Amino acid sequence: MDHIFFFYFAAVIATTSVLVVALRNPVYSALALLIMFFHVAGLYVTLHAEFLAAVQIVVYAGAILVLYLFVVMLLSIKSEERYHNQLPVAGLLGVMLCTEVILLLIQSRTATSAQAIPADAVTGAGNTEMVGEALYSTYLFPFEVASLILLVAMIGAIILAKKDLNEHVQQ
Amino acid sequence: MTVPLSYYLVLSGFVFLTGVVGVLIRRNIIVILLSVELMLNATNINFVAFSEYFHNVAGQVFVFFALTVAAAEVAVGLAIIIALHRTNSSIYIDDLNLLKR
Repeated sequence: MDHIFFFYFAAVIATTSVLVVALRNPVYSALALLIMFFHVAGLYVTLHAEFLAAVQIVVYAGAILVLYLFVVMLLSIKSEERYHNQLPVAGLLGVMLCTEVILLLIQSRTATSAQAIPADAVTGAGNTEMVGEALYSTYLFPFEVASLILLVAMIGAIILAKKDLNEHVQQ
Repeated sequence: MTVPLSYYLVLSGFVFLTGVVGVLIRRNIIVILLSVELMLNATNINFVAFSEYFHNVAGQVFVFFALTVAAAEVAVGLAIIIALHRTNSSIYIDDLNLLKR
């Protein structure tokens, strides 16, 4: 049963990620990425990370992708007619990384399997409680820094996208 | 939990590779940013899979930080694209050769 779910989600994720890169129209690319985000969220549910699945849908599909679609439609971009001429470099890099993944997997297959770690005592609590506990105790300082990153990004986006930035600079 | 961890690693490696190839072969900056999102999602799949297999919730916390960085990257990146489109009236990277001229 787990295998059926995994292979369904994996097949859709792989197909849509290829479509994101291959489709010429940016709107279609963004919609393929939307389907991929939903299936990644489903994969998180099968991995018992329910809270992350909800966050994936709310933040990625709800906020980030809407922003992408908004910009694509704001700029009214036509379909791209050809790919960049870096295709040999991309192919070489792809083959190299692919062989690296395969080599690592072969090595890990021969090594001892690392699945023998038992579940700890906290598994009785729900996923959201566990994540919240770790986020607000062990990772409290990185959490605050993350909010600072968001503040900087917000100010930077407003400054960059302001209309009369150049006039202010020239004055 | 019967699906082996290596299946998740293969899936995540494939998605990451697709993102790398997309960054290299596309000319549209928006699609390049979408490919970066693909790569971030591939790392997130890895984090969650390891977090499940080692019964350690830290992996899921790190997905949160990756999500924060992704949101910040999208906000600033799309603002840069809008500014670029305003000054250059093009978002294809072939046309952005101001330093080469």
